[in-house]
Amino acid sequence: MQSTAHDFKDNAGAALADRNLQESLATLKVGFSERRRQAAERLPEFEALRDRARDIKNHALANLDFYLEEFERKVTALGGHVHWAPTAGDARRIIGDLCKSVGARTVAKSKSMVAEEIALNEHLEALDIAPIETDLGEYIIQLRREPPSHIIAPAVHLTKDQVADTFLEHHTPLGFTKRLTERNDLVAEARHVLRQKFLDADVGLTGANFLVAETGSSMLVTNEGNADLSNTLPKMHIVLASIEKVIPTLEDAAVLLRVLARSATGQESSAYTTLNTGPRRDGDLDGPSAYHVVLLDNGRSSVLGTQMQDMLRCIRCGACMNHCPVYGAIGGHAYGWVYPGPIGAVLTPQLVGVEEAGDLPNASTFCGRCESVCPVRIPLPGLMRHWREREFERHLTPRAVRQGLALWSWLVRRPKLYRRVTQVANRLLSTFGRAEGRYHALPLASGWTRFRDFPAPPAGGTFHAQWVRHGGARIRP
Amino acid sequence: MSDRGDPAREQILGSIRRSLRRGELAGAARAAAEERLASPPRGPIVRRAKLPHAEKVALFCQWAETHNATVARISGADVPGEVSAYLARNNLPAEAAMAPSPQLESYDWQSQKMLALRRGRGEGRDQVSITGAFAGIAETGTVVMASGPDHPVSLNLLPDTHIVVLREADIVGGYEDVWEKLRDRYGKNGMPRTVNTITGPSRTGDIEQTIELGAHGPRRMHIVVVRD
Repeated sequence: MQSTAHDFKDNAGAALADRNLQESLATLKVGFSERRRQAAERLPEFEALRDRARDIKNHALANLDFYLEEFERKVTALGGHVHWAPTAGDARRIIGDLCKSVGARTVAKSKSMVAEEIALNEHLEALDIAPIETDLGEYIIQLRREPPSHIIAPAVHLTKDQVADTFLEHHTPLGFTKRLTERNDLVAEARHVLRQKFLDADVGLTGANFLVAETGSSMLVTNEGNADLSNTLPKMHIVLASIEKVIPTLEDAAVLLRVLARSATGQESSAYTTLNTGPRRDGDLDGPSAYHVVLLDNGRSSVLGTQMQDMLRCIRCGACMNHCPVYGAIGGHAYGWVYPGPIGAVLTPQLVGVEEAGDLPNASTFCGRCESVCPVRIPLPGLMRHWREREFERHLTPRAVRQGLALWSWLVRRPKLYRRVTQVANRLLSTFGRAEGRYHALPLASGWTRFRDFPAPPAGGTFHAQWVRHGGARIRP
Repeated sequence: MSDRGDPAREQILGSIRRSLRRGELAGAARAAAEERLASPPRGPIVRRAKLPHAEKVALFCQWAETHNATVARISGADVPGEVSAYLARNNLPAEAAMAPSPQLESYDWQSQKMLALRRGRGEGRDQVSITGAFAGIAETGTVVMASGPDHPVSLNLLPDTHIVVLREADIVGGYEDVWEKLRDRYGKNGMPRTVNTITGPSRTGDIEQTIELGAHGPRRMHIVVVRD
């Protein structure tokens, strides 16, 4: 997918003005976070499980080469194939070749963010192979030719009425000429249309939530069952997963599953959790005759051993965006690439470059809710701060900001002068704003006052002055 | 493509090792990782499923119903009668695709004269399927299906209604107990092609975050829990 992260400010402005989007986001802000809170409270061991989940992922990352080789050995022993893809282009080529090897015309796809990352659909279309998104949300946005706006709820930016219009437009040629108004009718119509496509597909392509080294299994967590139809009905199953998805054992998977569904949707458990290990066995009545796993690096291995390694713990639950005030205001598309929200603000500069995506780590109030709900305790604000520093060091920060910061740092390193300047400013603002208590406009602060008033400081002087007056202690270094 | 001479493979593994500032994992660290695979340590114990067996069965039924499945607890002799009655109660046709499993064949289906059963995998037009289950998980009300000649995966997914016959003895506390059961059955290095763990009917929240049942898999799941 082509990044538009460099247009973040314009994207965000457009998102704030989009009424359908704002209506959809209004429900998101309460729904997911409240359900997560309740689910976490129902399980007394939840915090201990989060600690353990973090430790498991750290252990897997510290021994990543070992567990990947172990995973490969097990897959191969059971008749599957493992392909190594250093870059997005390598992964596209491998998958395209596999599809061509069975003469595929259609591919039933189960939602995969890694497939979005490598722009797989565009590649398959160029090869004259039709990718069919089967997750309901992905199907809706594929019809609308939009990217996903959330990593687990790709169509969360749309209202039911928009979905109804989309289905009417695209399903009319299939004989569905009535505009539907009920959600369950929309779901039933999509089920009917997609069922035949599942039965006709030559290849099923899925992602993986986890790869289990102990058994050589790919593990998939869904609610709809579309991933399971994708890995059961077609004659070839291709799993596309990035290298950091590997974990040591099934016991580790049990821990991660307990925090994943609760963090994502507030469910005790998703409807389907599936382990696939190799192709159809002797005597099996169904299942694919070929099983391939494509392991994608795409820059991840170079993050290991750096300050940024923590981002590789991510299990893609979406809790950080569900709890983010910035995501809640602008939705996912404004972030301009595959991964939105706080995790996107950390991953995108890594994967597409800080020059392209430098605005994203700045789009945070650092309120810290993301870190407080992350099931694997990724220090997201800390990682965003790291990108801000990187951006500053590389002189990518806008000139006005750099000059402002230079002036500020010059001033705060002269404490006497600083106190004098702030005293004067405080007195002026307090005196002239006394009548109204606020300012509608201020010189040098139009970025603030264009959208909201600036409060006039109450009489009584600066914080420093009040601290001294109230007998506050002076701490000496 | 998974041979050791694959340059792409060496590129990725080499990059990982360079970043971790070491060569191939060796010595004590390798021994520790190998030991971790040989005897997988369990995570924090989830207390709610640490119960005497009878209470585990009750907890399983409670969670399954919370997840929109329906549950009937009966004795083995009554399985065919319960299946017929369930289909009648829900105005469903008295025909089903059934997994060709010895467990299911042990019940007296001949007693149900009106019930037409087809043994085999699921087909796109099937309305109802009947399968056994490898295990039930009390912690979440989840049924576990292990694929094989006696249990085609398509039966778990294609029909509108899935009837699961689960023996009380196969109900365990948590996922970890299922893994042990799988290792006992298939060996330490074996796994069936597919293990489906299923918690209630298929669902989606993709339109306005409101849950609707029956997205792609079954709309209805009925679990027949058979007394020991």
